[in-house]
Amino acid sequence: MSDKILQISNPVLSISNLSIAYGKDKYAVKDVTADVKRNAITAIMGPSGCGKSTLLRAINRMHELYPNIHTQGEIKLNGESIYGISTTKLRRKIGMVFQRPNPFPTMSIYENVIAGYNLNGSKLKKSEKDEIVESSLTDVGLLDEVKDSLNKKGNFLSGGQQQRLCVARALAFKPDVILMDEPTSALDPLSTAKIEDLLVELKEHYTIILVTHNMSQAARISDNAMFMYLGELVEYDKTKVMFTNPKDSRTEGYLTGKFG
Amino acid sequence: MASEKIIKNLLKASSVIILLIFAGMAYSMIRGAIPAFKEFGLFGFIFSTDWNPTEGKESYGALPFIAGTVITSLLALIICFPLAFSTSLFIAEYFRKTKIATILSTLVDLLAGVPSIVYGLWGFYTIRPLIAELGYSGQGYGIFTSGLILAIMIIPYATSISNEIISMVPNELKEAAYSLGATRMEVIFSVILPNARSGLVAGYILALGRALGETMAVTMLIGNANIIPTGLFSPGNTMASVIANQFGEADGLKLSSLIAIGLLLFAVTAIVNSIGKIIIRKYA
Amino acid sequence: MEREAIIGEKDHSNWRELKNRLFFGTVVVLAGITISPILLIVYKLLAKGLKQINFDFFLKVAPDTLQAMTAVRNGEIIPGGIANGITGTILMVVVASLIAIPVSIVIGIFLYENQGKKYANLIRSLTDILQGVPSVVLGLIAYIWIVQGVTKGFSALAGSVALAIMMLPLIIRSTEETMKMIPISIKEAGAALGVPYHKIILKVMIPSGFSGLMTGILLSISRVLGETAPLMLTTLGSTTINFNITKPTSAVPLQIWEFYNNPNMIDLVWSSSLFLMGFVLTLNIIAKRISMKYS
Ligand SMILES: Nc1ncnc2c1ncn2[C@@H]1O[C@H](COP(=O)(O)OP(=O)(O)OP(=O)(O)O)[C@@H](O)[C@H]1O
Ligand SMILES: [Mg+2]
Repeated sequence: MSDKILQISNPVLSISNLSIAYGKDKYAVKDVTADVKRNAITAIMGPSGCGKSTLLRAINRMHELYPNIHTQGEIKLNGESIYGISTTKLRRKIGMVFQRPNPFPTMSIYENVIAGYNLNGSKLKKSEKDEIVESSLTDVGLLDEVKDSLNKKGNFLSGGQQQRLCVARALAFKPDVILMDEPTSALDPLSTAKIEDLLVELKEHYTIILVTHNMSQAARISDNAMFMYLGELVEYDKTKVMFTNPKDSRTEGYLTGKFG
Repeated sequence: MASEKIIKNLLKASSVIILLIFAGMAYSMIRGAIPAFKEFGLFGFIFSTDWNPTEGKESYGALPFIAGTVITSLLALIICFPLAFSTSLFIAEYFRKTKIATILSTLVDLLAGVPSIVYGLWGFYTIRPLIAELGYSGQGYGIFTSGLILAIMIIPYATSISNEIISMVPNELKEAAYSLGATRMEVIFSVILPNARSGLVAGYILALGRALGETMAVTMLIGNANIIPTGLFSPGNTMASVIANQFGEADGLKLSSLIAIGLLLFAVTAIVNSIGKIIIRKYA
Repeated sequence: MEREAIIGEKDHSNWRELKNRLFFGTVVVLAGITISPILLIVYKLLAKGLKQINFDFFLKVAPDTLQAMTAVRNGEIIPGGIANGITGTILMVVVASLIAIPVSIVIGIFLYENQGKKYANLIRSLTDILQGVPSVVLGLIAYIWIVQGVTKGFSALAGSVALAIMMLPLIIRSTEETMKMIPISIKEAGAALGVPYHKIILKVMIPSGFSGLMTGILLSISRVLGETAPLMLTTLGSTTINFNITKPTSAVPLQIWEFYNNPNMIDLVWSSSLFLMGFVLTLNIIAKRISMKYS
């Protein structure tokens, strides 16, 4: 195994020989093998179009929503193949936060947090729901800001608040892993800082995989970092090591701003 | 520039034609309807169930036709909804942007191109005998047969708007729901439906507007009985169909009554269509 | 960890997957049912109508009942055709187009030039309402205006007026939509060169929007071609070919109605319906082609 790929013991996720093609042979992810560390933030970096989102979405099988997708390889969550269970079950264990905040506009803040349960037709007691909403909103630091307007639609919230609401919505299932695809790229610096602080707090209980274009963000908050280029995982290392001492010239080129 | 001014005024003057048409329509129909309203009173006419052309004992009322119109149109809407909604989901969600969706939507568009009288013929020779087989209505004429054909006729109007509305639901909302483990059906009912609701409502209201005024197919299938329908398979008449099949021999008070029914139909469809358009403009 | 248990119990994952599949199946089946009438109608028209379609069908007027009865009794195809209907339909559609097209294009341009103004919005709303007025009501109007008021009897002109009112809103709105699609720069380029306003409209706007206008016009014609009810109230029908717009005139849909009501002519019902629908659908397809080709 290449020394450019970090080895991890007792990983929460292990991806092996994963290749994904849109259509017959337009490979967006090429033979990626990597393990993901538990209770840590793993950043995925790389130039636009290198396959970051595709890789991330493969982890909760969201990429299967696209037509004509071809996937080879294996992903294991806590040692069990993610292909062994239904996507509905899998996605309760692996949550996702998107680039643009996307709370459901037809639902109240309360309903948004509990949306995963409602969508799935789970009939929870009122007390159970209240508990889930309260703890999820507390976890993202939003409870104080919205506790008087839980039954209002969330459209008056700022972008940053909406994004935290979306994080709370993903946390409601207490997932093992949370996938985030450029979660701060649509936000202002202040809201970005708040989300970053939040992620660092959340990693105590959750594993976070974060796609980001923002190198300083990766440097600030991630523990490990992957660098992808043209669908390949070029380098995967502790973030500090990668930023100070990249092993691959392409990583170095990217980190020093030669391309990206 | 002088020429610009002249042209602008000319354009404006031409638009007055629309006002004139409306004013003229209202004036002519009201004037034509006045003898009937005078004889029977406005409410007397609307709420009477009489339809007696015997000279000397002439008496006309619109209630059976209003009832027939409302019942057939609502029935059409009820039958149309599952069909049109499924078709829209097929075209704008399940098979979005695929060849088969294009084929389906072309075929649905063709439905709009079939003349009303051809629907009437097909209904008469194909559907009516099937309904007669059921044994509820001797020859298969009646409310249900008309409602069924009307439902088919309004499908293209209901689907064309729903297709657009459904495909406008933002992808990121659907993805959010999928990422929470929702099945496609759950996404449809919890994300697509609530987000598309007002557009869908507007679409079905406009389709209703179509059904209210459809004439030939209904005339050929409803059984032309001037009574309030007594059941799903009862014969009846709608406002549009009574005009079509009583007009030939009409003059005097009867003609005035038919014009009065036309006036009511005009008012009802104008209101229904305006509501539909307002909803579309507001939300979609 | 406690909450994990709640999720596990209440997931019903398998049942949900099954429901999901059943729903998909239902959607496909219902969509299939939705398109079956058009296929069945076309099939029925072809199966029953094709045998009557020959040269005579287009060149001769409708037979009288006796001729038809004799032919049916002898097992022959019914002689005669729908020439009186075809010429009547063409006459009325041409007259209706002459009335409706120029007026509608001008009003459409007016609406385009006055976006957001109150008066224009009123006109637009009224146009929309006009589009929803049932055709049978327009038949009554044309009866009052033309049959009673002008020609003092059933006439092709009355039918044309009813059809023209039906065409107006369709062409007005398609003109406005077409104009909106023309890049504003084209218009401004003309204005910058000091071209007079009416020339910009005539030489720039209308030519650049020509395909859109054409599509709207063809679609509106195809909409009114099959109209029966308003013609029953206005032109009545005629057994001979007639080009006098003040006289009763036949039309293809009217003939279908007459054949339908005459047990001896039932075969002609199918062939004339087949012809009418073929005509309407062809126009439709041409219109869509034009709009696709140029957009
Ligand atoms: N739905 C799709 N269908 C076909 N090709 C796709 C699709 N989505 C992505 N691709 C292609 O796959 C490659 C990888 O895309 P991906 O979105 O994973 O890149 P990315 O690294 O996330 O880029 P960005 O930084 O711009 O978000 C690109 O070449 C892209 O064009
Ligand atoms: Mg991406």
